[in-house]
Amino acid sequence: MLTKRIIACLDVDGGRVVKGVQFENLRDAGDPAELAKAHSASGADEIVLLDISAAHEQRGTLLDTVRRAARQLFIPFTVGGGIRTLEDAAAVFSAGADKISINSAALADPTLITRIAERFGSQAVVVAIDAKRSDGGNRWEAFTHGGRAGTGRDAVSWAQEAESCGAGEILLTSMDRDGTGSGFDCDLTRAVADSVRIPVIASGGAGGAQHFVEVFRRGHADAALAASIFHYGFGRLIELKQQVATQGIPMRLPC
Amino acid sequence: MIAIVDYGAGNLVSVKKALDWLGAESAITSDPGQVAKASKIVLPGVGHFASTAALGRLGLQDAIANAIGRGIPFLGICVGMQWMFERSQESPKTLGLGLMEGECERFPDSVKSPHVGWNQLEVASSSRLLRGVPSSAFVYFTHSYRAPVSDTTTACCEYGGRFSAAVERDHLFGVQFHPEKSGEIGLTLLGNFCAL
Repeated sequence: MLTKRIIACLDVDGGRVVKGVQFENLRDAGDPAELAKAHSASGADEIVLLDISAAHEQRGTLLDTVRRAARQLFIPFTVGGGIRTLEDAAAVFSAGADKISINSAALADPTLITRIAERFGSQAVVVAIDAKRSDGGNRWEAFTHGGRAGTGRDAVSWAQEAESCGAGEILLTSMDRDGTGSGFDCDLTRAVADSVRIPVIASGGAGGAQHFVEVFRRGHADAALAASIFHYGFGRLIELKQQVATQGIPMRLPC
Repeated sequence: MIAIVDYGAGNLVSVKKALDWLGAESAITSDPGQVAKASKIVLPGVGHFASTAALGRLGLQDAIANAIGRGIPFLGICVGMQWMFERSQESPKTLGLGLMEGECERFPDSVKSPHVGWNQLEVASSSRLLRGVPSSAFVYFTHSYRAPVSDTTTACCEYGGRFSAAVERDHLFGVQFHPEKSGEIGLTLLGNFCAL
């Protein structure tokens, strides 16, 4: 049976993982390559590395980070943040990423999705959507630039357009839940997951195993992503997956 | 030297990286001359079945067919495996190499497509490629079309029906999943291929 995926996300600034990190047996807990490898060993189904560096001159650092992480990573590896052109994407792929994630640049020019998909395949193109409840909570608006800029676009219709442009997966972050640990936005996830045929990765709000169970069952998510939960709450991701599996959700065990 | 055949279909870095990790000497190439000299051939592939038409244009199809005729071990991955069959519904005018019988077909509408993620193998028969790979092992898939189950199938997978996850005949091997992205299980399989 196809399992639900649990994806570990590393937020990287200037070549270092930011947010608190408490991993045992690591020489350097802020090193993305070390952390990616540790997450893989502890059962992550996939790794996402998001570059949140503000400065453009740090792009070179990012490529070096991707190269070092990819060398010892043999599970799917997605890289996002600051990819604006086909050339940016090509550089990240040749550094060793399997998929790229694009957000603001795709909204500004949806043909970027198509151009990357034509060259590298749809399976390599993840469109990230940052969504926030609007209209009294009845719909969700897509935001860009790290959640700073509203677009007026409905998140569900944007997901459908991204799919038709050639996106292979949607990485859907609830801005309302991000960082709260209060659970994923299952309504948002379900609204998007039920309106596209491609897989939807839920993000934002993970606080415990029950939240993953809910977003898979009620939110119809294909995968769920979290960052800080893996740094604090769970020493070993495998324990989280075991808890989710005991509730009847198919998980990859043992990893 | 293992030739990783580049015909413009996507990103071959991951396959190269896994072979490097295993200590196998390999090169990414689109030169039929280099393919002709290879001790083994890997044909990766992501994206559309139609992209395999480039193999003919680049002279790579003849080089591969010739090498296979000389007994050179061959491994097709994903679309590279589908190309080993006769044809695919994805691009009916593009002919495969016809090393395996049958046609690759679309997933039914009852399931989401593409089939993306970790799914379980059902190892069906003895296989040189799958030595040390337990039945019900998880491997990573990403594809929209699938190959039929036949007498060359060594492992099946279930997603909207059963399909061939791995095929094998003599020195010819194909896997629908991505061994380079399937953790330890995938490295075991690639190690078996390198050791042939």
